[in-house]
Amino acid sequence: MSVTSRKLLRAAIFLLFVLIGVAIFFLVLDYMFLAAVQVVVYMGGILVLFIFSILLTSHLNEKLQVVKPVEIIIAALVSLIGASVVLSVITNHRFNPVVADSPEITVAEIGTQLLSYGKYGYVLPFEVISILLLAAMVAAIVIAKREKKPES
Amino acid sequence: MIEDIPLSHILIVSTLIFFTGVYGFLTRKNMITMLISVELVLNAVNINFVAIDRYLYSERLEGHFFALFVIGIAAAEAAVAIAIFINLYRNIRSIDVDEVTEMKY
Repeated sequence: MSVTSRKLLRAAIFLLFVLIGVAIFFLVLDYMFLAAVQVVVYMGGILVLFIFSILLTSHLNEKLQVVKPVEIIIAALVSLIGASVVLSVITNHRFNPVVADSPEITVAEIGTQLLSYGKYGYVLPFEVISILLLAAMVAAIVIAKREKKPES
Repeated sequence: MIEDIPLSHILIVSTLIFFTGVYGFLTRKNMITMLISVELVLNAVNINFVAIDRYLYSERLEGHFFALFVIGIAAAEAAVAIAIFINLYRNIRSIDVDEVTEMKY
């Protein structure tokens, strides 16, 4: 419904439900920290950004324009074919899950592994991500800044 | 708890979310809704990473960290994209993909 609703705000609220569902998936899979990150970053950050920009760029009761039925049919065909291919592969493949008996991941463990530089350490991607986030912040500010127009 | 759920069920759900996102990306005209569809796709991929990491390689947390990095990149991407949209709207009063043709040639 997040992709078919013709009112923009409703689409964003449906996205909120999808995000909650994904966070619940993470909880079910015992990854508490990832669920918390999902809630904070997506629902706290990205969704608020979406709602802000929707309110800034459109009027409340404005409906989106209807797309041509040909395009809808083509898109539906593409996604249905892709989904059926992937689903057939998934249902035919036999996984042998090795579910470990509850590894009990603590936040301290995650932190040390995130910053260790030995085997299975993730300090390099961590730093790359931090630089990327800094660059994205600066870029967002520069792009969205209003240029001074000469008085006419 | 997770012994009751087979891995393939989680993969099926994430596949459905993924292709819902693809469908939305192909049909929508408004840029914000296209970005929402991209978020759906990223979330489906995150579910896949975490589920496969938990079920098949649960001793090293690789999928966990990868999902974490994907969330970070998604945040950066959404911020930059929305800054671009606001700037576009300020200049040409529209954020539909059909009408944004100024930078085409």
